[in-house]
Amino acid sequence: MTIDPVNFAAILAMGVLTYFTRILGFLIADRLPKSGPVRVALDALPPAVLVAVVAPIVMSGPIEAVAGLVVLVLALRLPLIATVVAGVAVAALLRLAFI
Amino acid sequence: MTTRLADFRAGLVAVFPTVAAAVPFALILGQQATAKGLTPAEMLAMSSIVFAGSSQLIAVGLWSTPAPVAALALMAFLVNLRHALMGASLSGKIAHFGRLRWVAAFLLTDEAWALSERRALDRPISRTFYFTVALTLFVCWQIASVLGTVFGAYLEHPETYGLDFTFPAIFIALALGFWKSVRRTGPVLVASAVVAVAVHAVVPGAWYVIAGAIAGITAAVVTAPREAPAADQAAGDATP
Repeated sequence: MTIDPVNFAAILAMGVLTYFTRILGFLIADRLPKSGPVRVALDALPPAVLVAVVAPIVMSGPIEAVAGLVVLVLALRLPLIATVVAGVAVAALLRLAFI
Repeated sequence: MTTRLADFRAGLVAVFPTVAAAVPFALILGQQATAKGLTPAEMLAMSSIVFAGSSQLIAVGLWSTPAPVAALALMAFLVNLRHALMGASLSGKIAHFGRLRWVAAFLLTDEAWALSERRALDRPISRTFYFTVALTLFVCWQIASVLGTVFGAYLEHPETYGLDFTFPAIFIALALGFWKSVRRTGPVLVASAVVAVAVHAVVPGAWYVIAGAIAGITAAVVTAPREAPAADQAAGDATP
């Protein structure tokens, strides 16, 4: 149960810079306008970030693509937890069958 | 009081699937950390001070002795830069938190942010809702990543069970919650997805998230209907 000082320095440096990324958005958002193109951009930000995070994962292979498509269709009808369980099950079954 | 209790329950219900996704991830993280010679105490320090899953997993991958401090710090900054985008979007919606905003920022994760933005579509985000979601994730993250350093060896191939697909499944479902119309949201999703995949294939690191997000919001601005202040010039346009 020991902590190496160099390891701790690395952890602390990572933590400080990560916290900076977390408050950076708050700091700049307070100076941003409430309407106009910048507002349109901010409103589009959540779906844009979500899709940017997910798209490469889903496109990383045929099984992921199929499972992603299943989730996309199911999400329109089922609640979140059911959609996720179904998506995970499809991914697991496809891997069982093809890998 | 009833509202607070209702928000607490809504927070727990909302966070449950993301906890189910984060726990296997944290177990793998702990197991990888042990393999790199990190102690359970160091794992706990990292999980509680950094508290950012992807960057922690990449950090453990990069770890060596002595620790490459500058490289690890820069990597964490780049991987987590997406928080700035999330914070900018969330800022106005939690302005009523007051000074607690700075605590809320420390607990900001992809999951807490996505669930809060989804919540904000229907009603204001209360402190109770946000901190129920964020603190539940925080506590579970600590426990699971430390347990991973102890038991991780038994969970070597979680992808066999499709568990790694939990995270993308949640994000796809949440992204659809922001759907407004083909004209408004379609270009955002297409531009973001195409650019993210292309940049991911070509540029190493986490730049694809930033690039995809910028492409998405650019598409939104370019395709947005003209607003009232520009009406003088747009008066002759046929578009309503």
